[in-house]
Amino acid sequence: MSVMDPTLEEVKRKAEGREVLLDLENVSLSFGGVKAITNISFNIKKGEIRAIIGPNGAGKTSMLNVINGFYQPQEGVITFNGEKRRSMKPHLAVSQGIARTFQNVALFKGMSTLDNIMAGRATRMKQNMLWQMLYWGPAQREEIEHRKKVEEIIDFLEIQHIRRTPVGTLPYGLQKRVELARALAMEPELLLLDEPMAGMNLEEKEDMSRFILDVNDQLGTTIALIEHDMGVVMDLSDRVVVLDYGRKIADGVPEEVQSNPEVIDAYLGVSH
Amino acid sequence: MQVPPSAGMDTFPQLLIRNARDWADRPAYREKDLGIWQSWTWLEVFEEVRKLSVGLKSLGCKEGDKVAVLGANRPHLYWVFAAVQALGGIPIPVYADSVAEEIAYVLGHAEVRFAVAEDQEQVDKLLEMSEKLPLLEHVIYENPKGLRDYDHTRLHRYLTVQEAGQTLLDNDSKLADEWLQRVKDGKREDLAVILYTSGTTGRPKGVMLTFNSLMVSVQNANEFDNLDETADTVAYLPMAWVGDHVFSYAQCITAGYCVNCPEGPETVSIDRKEIAPTYMFAPPRVFEGMLTHIMVRMEDAGKMKKKLFDYFLGYANQVGERILNGEKVSLFERMKYAIGEFCVYGPLKNEMGFSRVRVAYTAGEAIGPEIFKFYRSIGLNLKQLYGQTESSVFITSQPDGQIYADTVGVPMQDVEVRIADNGEVMYRSPGAFLGYYKNDDATKDTKTEDGWVHTGDAGMFLENGHLKIIDRAKDVGKLNDGSMFAPKYIENKLKFFPNIKEAVTFGNERDYVCAFVNIDLVAVGNWAERNNIAYASYQELAAHPEVYKTIQSHVDQVNKDLADEPMMAGAQIKRFLVLHKELDPDDGELTRTQKVRRKFVADRYAPLIEAFYAGETSKHVVTEVTFEDGRQGTIEATVEIRDMETYNVKTVSAIGEAAE
Repeated sequence: MSVMDPTLEEVKRKAEGREVLLDLENVSLSFGGVKAITNISFNIKKGEIRAIIGPNGAGKTSMLNVINGFYQPQEGVITFNGEKRRSMKPHLAVSQGIARTFQNVALFKGMSTLDNIMAGRATRMKQNMLWQMLYWGPAQREEIEHRKKVEEIIDFLEIQHIRRTPVGTLPYGLQKRVELARALAMEPELLLLDEPMAGMNLEEKEDMSRFILDVNDQLGTTIALIEHDMGVVMDLSDRVVVLDYGRKIADGVPEEVQSNPEVIDAYLGVSH
Repeated sequence: MQVPPSAGMDTFPQLLIRNARDWADRPAYREKDLGIWQSWTWLEVFEEVRKLSVGLKSLGCKEGDKVAVLGANRPHLYWVFAAVQALGGIPIPVYADSVAEEIAYVLGHAEVRFAVAEDQEQVDKLLEMSEKLPLLEHVIYENPKGLRDYDHTRLHRYLTVQEAGQTLLDNDSKLADEWLQRVKDGKREDLAVILYTSGTTGRPKGVMLTFNSLMVSVQNANEFDNLDETADTVAYLPMAWVGDHVFSYAQCITAGYCVNCPEGPETVSIDRKEIAPTYMFAPPRVFEGMLTHIMVRMEDAGKMKKKLFDYFLGYANQVGERILNGEKVSLFERMKYAIGEFCVYGPLKNEMGFSRVRVAYTAGEAIGPEIFKFYRSIGLNLKQLYGQTESSVFITSQPDGQIYADTVGVPMQDVEVRIADNGEVMYRSPGAFLGYYKNDDATKDTKTEDGWVHTGDAGMFLENGHLKIIDRAKDVGKLNDGSMFAPKYIENKLKFFPNIKEAVTFGNERDYVCAFVNIDLVAVGNWAERNNIAYASYQELAAHPEVYKTIQSHVDQVNKDLADEPMMAGAQIKRFLVLHKELDPDDGELTRTQKVRRKFVADRYAPLIEAFYAGETSKHVVTEVTFEDGRQGTIEATVEIRDMETYNVKTVSAIGEAAE
């Protein structure tokens, strides 16, 4: 009775019907003489899970950094939600609806899970610092509103038991989950996940996969993820883009990408 | 809304109506949701139950139908019991952590037509098994997360079923009366619930309990401990276990007290602290775990605090239990204890969530006397009871003021207990079960025609009238000189020492008792570290002379204890050895639930047992082991066997007479 596995055609049709959320056109990024990204174009559609894969040093994290405005590409056009981007800063990306998690967990280690997630709502708080310090009237009402939202996320990711625990003392798998929670607290339209399963054991990976699918399905968040575990990538994502040495070598649904000879070469190496 | 004046007091739905009338505004169930405790009053619970019940009826649920309940402790799932019973159906709670096949067996055997599941995880298990369950028609789920895209022809959301029920009630005024009439028609002799025993041996069996059995048992228990509508309890043990069914449903609805459901299994300790229950139950391992946790944290505390802690705990050890038992204690001692309460015991109890506990129970396994004494000395009224699924829990219980660490108390009211000729405990009570569902053979084996039920446990009555459980009846044997040999009883005594993790004793049809001992690597390793004893492996540490010396002193203490008990005195440990490897489920020596497989161990280490009885002082053995990655290997060791001194029986007379 559960959802049947869709056929390749169905997947393609589903993807085609969707609106484009983020579009990258001929984007290039270099640091001095080093070309990190060369002339890459692809798009991310609303409501899909888009994986970015490639061997080490292929430019995947740079790509995420370009998307959320940490790096400024020298060439190319980026369109988000129909708007062409000019100069971009990470905090602007957040206010536009892009949130991310990091390859190495980047939480406030001494703060509790709850406070870390509350911090994720900081950009959405409207009252000024003085009101917030007094914690009275509108500031109090606002805080309660935000706390409610945070509790929903805690419930969603099943981390009630560590609500008051300082995150520095948590096991790695849980820290990753808290980081995801903090990103979700921004209520993003596009969520960037940089290796969400790195260093996890099988059970933690299964949990994380389920949460990523739930976020995508229940909250309708569009997700772009970088991941090395091919099993996870092929199971989770709707479409996959493959990078190698800063160039795009393949783009399509998982089945297509898997059988692409260039991709196989990039991963397994080529005899010269 | 109008609560009918009275519908009788014979079934739980009838009692629910009484509660809605008498305690309309008192909290009945609480649940922590999104970090905040939400509560339902008895009146609200009544309404929730009624609309669910009518909704279920509209789906086709009728008298005699079986409805499975699958999930963790949630108020909504407890209401299913009443909703189904109101229609004359029979709820069947199922262990939520069972794998799909086990669930399928229970549901198939019980011919379940409806299942109420907590969430996606449970729904998936049911759907996976739907081919094997042709009788299962509808699945109702409480938490909709992840279930949006599922095919909803047989799947219903709990809330939707309730709404459908409410709409029907709103549109047809006669429906409420009809429903009420069905509740009134419920009789005491009706089947209330079928509880499947977890079944460590063979397939689970369905224990049928009537309203009468549960009601009598529970009412006596409420009276025994003065439980009324002001009590609070936390529901965290599996709903399919008879204890939870009694504590969090039958007893709660009869006494009218409030059941609090934690957010999840991991948050129980936090939630317990917030609620501070007045009535609680926990198996011995929970109390052990809490004590260890406290002790470990105290090791890190400041010097001053540690001193204060040690001083007052020492003091509590002297007077605490006497105060709790209501014995005569001088004013000075009471005042000093009050200071201790303020500085140490109070905060300690608060930390564990015991501040308001009036009575706490432990059962299921033997609890270490030290642990038991610790909790009682700080003023927690911890008691032991003895019961099983077949008896609606309560067989014996310890009355206030008569608490002994090694007994399980006196028979409850209306319960007759006797010891059979083979030493097995048997009881007869109105609380006893009707029979096993669709398993007459098993029923005949367990329940005699005149109503006596075999417990399968061997026990005896002490002079003070308290029952003492010794071992599983089938494990109890005899030494060649005729004295009783209860292996688990002796092993438990050994295992109460923190240094001993596991023990296996032999002696049935032998001349004397011998024991294998497994050291606890954490405790002994810790000790070794502090005493600068270097070791490379478990094997090396186990064979260390100092370790042997420590274990020998423990065995000696056990022998002394046994000598105090005339019936057991003959089974003192004559020889022991510390085993060169840890008993391991991977090698088949333990079950997955960490219970020793006695026969298997005996076969596997046959040369060592031979050496015991041949009088050898050491023995070279080679043992095959399975490593964690699945590889096979062997370990060799020369194991030392030590002789022990045995003691003469101190008091000869008392039990000899009692046994006649």
